[in-house]
Amino acid sequence: MLPPMSVIQVQRKPLTFAERTYLPQVFGGLMITLRHFFGRRVTLEYPEQRPEISPGYRGVPTLVKDPNGREKCVSCQLCEFVCPPKAIRIVPGEIPADAPNAHVEKAPQEFEINMLRCIYCGLCEEVCPEQAIFLQNVYSLCGYSRAELVNNKEKLYELGGTMPDQHFKWDKKKAAADHAPVHQ
Amino acid sequence: MNLFLQIPPVVLGLLKGLAVICVIFPIAGACSMAERKVSAWLQGRFGPNRVIVPWFEWIPFLGRGLQRLGVFNLLADGGKLLFKEDPLPGHVNKFYFMIAPAIAIIPAFTTVVVVPFGAYIDQAGQVVPLMLANVDVGLLAVFAIASLGIYSMILAGWASNSKYPFLGSVRASAQLVSYELSLTLSVLPVFLWVNAPGTGASLSLVRVVAFQSLPGFWGGTWFIFLMPVSAFVFLIALFAETNRLPFDMIESEADLVGGFHTEYGSFKWSLFFVAEYAHMTVGSGVFVLLFFGGWNPLPWLPIGTFFGWLGLVQSAGQFSYAIAITQGVLSIAIFLAKVLFMIFFFMWVRWTVPRFRYDQVMRIGWRRLLPLALANVVVYAIVIALLQGD
Repeated sequence: MLPPMSVIQVQRKPLTFAERTYLPQVFGGLMITLRHFFGRRVTLEYPEQRPEISPGYRGVPTLVKDPNGREKCVSCQLCEFVCPPKAIRIVPGEIPADAPNAHVEKAPQEFEINMLRCIYCGLCEEVCPEQAIFLQNVYSLCGYSRAELVNNKEKLYELGGTMPDQHFKWDKKKAAADHAPVHQ
Repeated sequence: MNLFLQIPPVVLGLLKGLAVICVIFPIAGACSMAERKVSAWLQGRFGPNRVIVPWFEWIPFLGRGLQRLGVFNLLADGGKLLFKEDPLPGHVNKFYFMIAPAIAIIPAFTTVVVVPFGAYIDQAGQVVPLMLANVDVGLLAVFAIASLGIYSMILAGWASNSKYPFLGSVRASAQLVSYELSLTLSVLPVFLWVNAPGTGASLSLVRVVAFQSLPGFWGGTWFIFLMPVSAFVFLIALFAETNRLPFDMIESEADLVGGFHTEYGSFKWSLFFVAEYAHMTVGSGVFVLLFFGGWNPLPWLPIGTFFGWLGLVQSAGQFSYAIAITQGVLSIAIFLAKVLFMIFFFMWVRWTVPRFRYDQVMRIGWRRLLPLALANVVVYAIVIALLQGD
């Protein structure tokens, strides 16, 4: 004989006469809907009232600058590689010698995110070693043409703005380069 | 006023008919708007509240209020349906496809002819009903004509020549035939009661209201209290006959796309809807007349007494049109208020309960409602025979 298993047999009670007429249930349902009829409206009137965006929301991916206004992206292309729908295209480039953040790594010449392909998965943000790409709170995106929905570098920085972090990587790089010319 | 009375009867009938259509058609149209709004409120939403005609913006409060109520959405909806491209699929039987919406709407509006919607009191103290044709067949005409509406669904489903409309119309024919039996049986006790010995036979709805306006406790009782089972069966059957949830087997948006009107679009589609709401309006009207005392404001308060309180009584000498018209408008308002509440009740139920399964619909119709209606007739026939027999 098998040992008793931890299965609870639920006794299915046959429906009572009142239940079989459907009427008490229908009446109860009517009362519930009537409560909602006089109750508070739960929907937002969208364009005027905007939903509250919770932290960690994954909106349109954007590029951010550091508090000194320098771009953080070094065009390592990790996001381009990790992007599942291949929405990101980066053309890496050298930084000109007279640029304020010169003698530090590279920067993207072109950075395009095709929002028609983007699936808002957030892998680009997760993979970015420089914390340069963030999915922020822009959720309403529209355009008249396909070309309009490909965000280029200017658009991405405009959407992204400045991230008030305290890494100041370029300052440190510059200081390190200035004080240790041996390694140059 | 004399000029009005000199109009030939045919023209007069036409004018009255047009006037009634001009009231019923907007009600049927406005119901579609009310349905959207009521459904929104029942679900805790706002519903349509954006459309506004530019000039109305300048009216303080009222314009905005109407906008929030979504009144102008009705115009937008109507305009859209009227001017939209009317597709005619290539695979349909064109003739029947085209006439099906007309067949839907003609019976729906024809039934109004024998439904009284108000009354005034003449010099002799007699209640004169306001209706297009006070004929003795009364309710029988309503049932006969209203049941023609099913042909539009069968024709629409069959002429569409595609599977979902076909299934929808098969369900329609089965359901409507099943529930018509209970519908008709449920009102028999009412007419057994109002056709008391010595009064002459009549199926007129006017007499039903007259019986609910009698003095005394039992005279003034509305028939919903005297015959609750009849009222209940009639109401359920009415839900089924007007294809409202929980009996909308015919449209079944979820499983049949839209049932018989799947292939229809724009104005032809909207005609089906106006017809459905017109059926609802007339059905609610008949229900109010049969069980809710018609134009009597409250139970045990006949409209004659009510007018007496308001001082709206014809003096013995001169017949006053002003008093008669005020009485007529008041009685129509009372009647319409009840009808509109019934329509709200239809919507309320629709947005509360889910649809029955097809086999449940058939089981309720044949194995629950029909025996109940039959037993009801038998019991009331015996009771009425005992009460009214010598």
